[in-house]
Amino acid sequence: MARIELKKLAHSYKPGASRPEDFALREMDHVWEDGKAYALLGPSGCGKTTLLNIISGLLTPSHGQILFDGKDVTRLAPQERNIAQVFQFPVIYDTMTVYDNLAFPLRNRKVDEAEVHARVTEVADMLELGGVLKKRAKGLGADAKQKISMGRGLVRSDVSAILFDEPLTVIDPHLKWLLRRKLKQVHERYALTMVYVTHDQVEAMTFADEVVVVYEGQVVQRGTPQELFEKPRHTFVGYFIGSPGMNFLPCRLDGHCALVDGQRIPLADGVAARAAGATRLELGIRPEFLQLAERPEDGTLPVLVHQVEDLGNFKIVTVQLGGRHELRVKLPEDRPVANGRAWLRFPPEWTRLYADALLVE
Amino acid sequence: MDKIINQKAWFLVLPVLLVVAFSAIIPLMTVVNYSVQDILDPQTRVFVGTEWFQQVLRDPRLHDALLRQLLFSGCVLGIEIPLGIAIALSMPTRGAWVSACLVLLALPLLIPFNVVGTIWQIFGRADIGLGGAVLSWLGIDYNYTASPLDAWLTVLVMDVWHWTSLVALLCYAGLVAIPDAYYQAARIDGASRWAVFRYIQLPKMKGVLVIAVLLRFMDSFMIYAEPFVLTGGGPGNATTFLSQYLTAMAVGQFDLGPAAAFSLIYFLIILLFSWVFYTAITNMGKE
Repeated sequence: MARIELKKLAHSYKPGASRPEDFALREMDHVWEDGKAYALLGPSGCGKTTLLNIISGLLTPSHGQILFDGKDVTRLAPQERNIAQVFQFPVIYDTMTVYDNLAFPLRNRKVDEAEVHARVTEVADMLELGGVLKKRAKGLGADAKQKISMGRGLVRSDVSAILFDEPLTVIDPHLKWLLRRKLKQVHERYALTMVYVTHDQVEAMTFADEVVVVYEGQVVQRGTPQELFEKPRHTFVGYFIGSPGMNFLPCRLDGHCALVDGQRIPLADGVAARAAGATRLELGIRPEFLQLAERPEDGTLPVLVHQVEDLGNFKIVTVQLGGRHELRVKLPEDRPVANGRAWLRFPPEWTRLYADALLVE
Repeated sequence: MDKIINQKAWFLVLPVLLVVAFSAIIPLMTVVNYSVQDILDPQTRVFVGTEWFQQVLRDPRLHDALLRQLLFSGCVLGIEIPLGIAIALSMPTRGAWVSACLVLLALPLLIPFNVVGTIWQIFGRADIGLGGAVLSWLGIDYNYTASPLDAWLTVLVMDVWHWTSLVALLCYAGLVAIPDAYYQAARIDGASRWAVFRYIQLPKMKGVLVIAVLLRFMDSFMIYAEPFVLTGGGPGNATTFLSQYLTAMAVGQFDLGPAAAFSLIYFLIILLFSWVFYTAITNMGKE
């Protein structure tokens, strides 16, 4: 168990990189607290796996340092770091039994057989692999194989952290849920530091104490699932988290209000003043927070309802504002909505302003 | 579920049956035909039953040739398989050197068998060949035309030079197909270099190794052209392998009956060994 600290860490696969776009991972300072579960969330190719491989030691970063409990491990090989990693595709040793697979990391470290037996039995019970210990790992299903990969990480008592690289990609949907719950149990029982890479926001939200959103090699926001939902600090977070994602409208400023196609939308106090001087302004609001009215009220804007999608337990309504902009509104299932004219209210407490893609607070 | 009985399946098997019949079964049957008859001249032939088989099986010269052949194939497999694996393991997996290595390895495989024999025949001569000259300059008394041991070693080295590439290329194909995650997981699990070879690389190469062992066994067991050119089976009978002996019998002395009986036995031996290797390797590592 360890606290993992990244100091001015950056990585480029090209030697002598200087421009920011040459970097797979741009300079970051970051602390992973001991015993917490983190999710690294981001689209494919954003640098999540690079970051994970740097933490595990499979990759040596081109710039900066990694500290485990204050000790510099930047140049140490993975086997010297006491770290476990579970990969996207289950890695098992074909010729070995499940027992030998689980025992492998311990035997490589010359742990005595009695201790090996105790650890393997405990981990196998935890992961419900007890019944297949004597079987050859090759013939098992993908979920059992992934449990074995996970077990090889858990079996070492001295492990500092477990890193997961999209471990549920190849697992059937109905088993995904079970395995995710298993992971959560493992985390609660052993209080291990866990870093979980995924591009699936539901997975990230259910697994982690804190979600770290990575975009184009940078950490754009870290926080609890609730923070990410209510207060995205970057337009990418707004767009990536939530289904459907946040609505964004290009706007200008006029006093305390935002101007969208000449329509005034009120903002929270003082926000407009802090955004002065930015070149590109956008207004953002979650579909969940927009209010739709059937007749004009104070502070509403006229819109045209285009399309109503009924998704079973809620509705997604697409409306057109001021001729060019489309917005999506999420409404309860039982709320009747007719095509045609309607009025939309932007509650100021949920209306966010973004200057050059960053939240204005 | 009830089985559906549909005799049409026979028609689907028919093309394969025809191809195999014309390419293998019918030619084999003509050999069977020769093996049970004594053909005195084109008009006169006598049915002799298993006489030729008995005669061939009791032939001491054939026993010697068979032993030599087994020893040779054993040596070929014992050297070429580990050496091929070692070469494959030490080859680069990416970068510009990959193509260079592959071309270099493929070169010996492109040379016709009898040319290989000629190359080594000249290479091994002490008067005009580089290899022979270097050996005698080093003070080693080397003469493959006079010493049975030298002849033997020359044939063996020649085969290793000619065919190890095949094993190496097959193993290399097996190795590059292993996903990186296996090596990464092994590093995290703290596996030694030997453990990586034993538990990841070797099991993943099993499929191509079966092919390599079978091909090298069958080919070395039927070796003909190279020793024919290089040593002509000599000195004495030192490098007379089974196919040399068979050719001498069938084409040289025109003893078609015994030669046919011998061919069939030869065929059965190869079939038996191939089956043994195949089952042994595919069952390796099973419960």
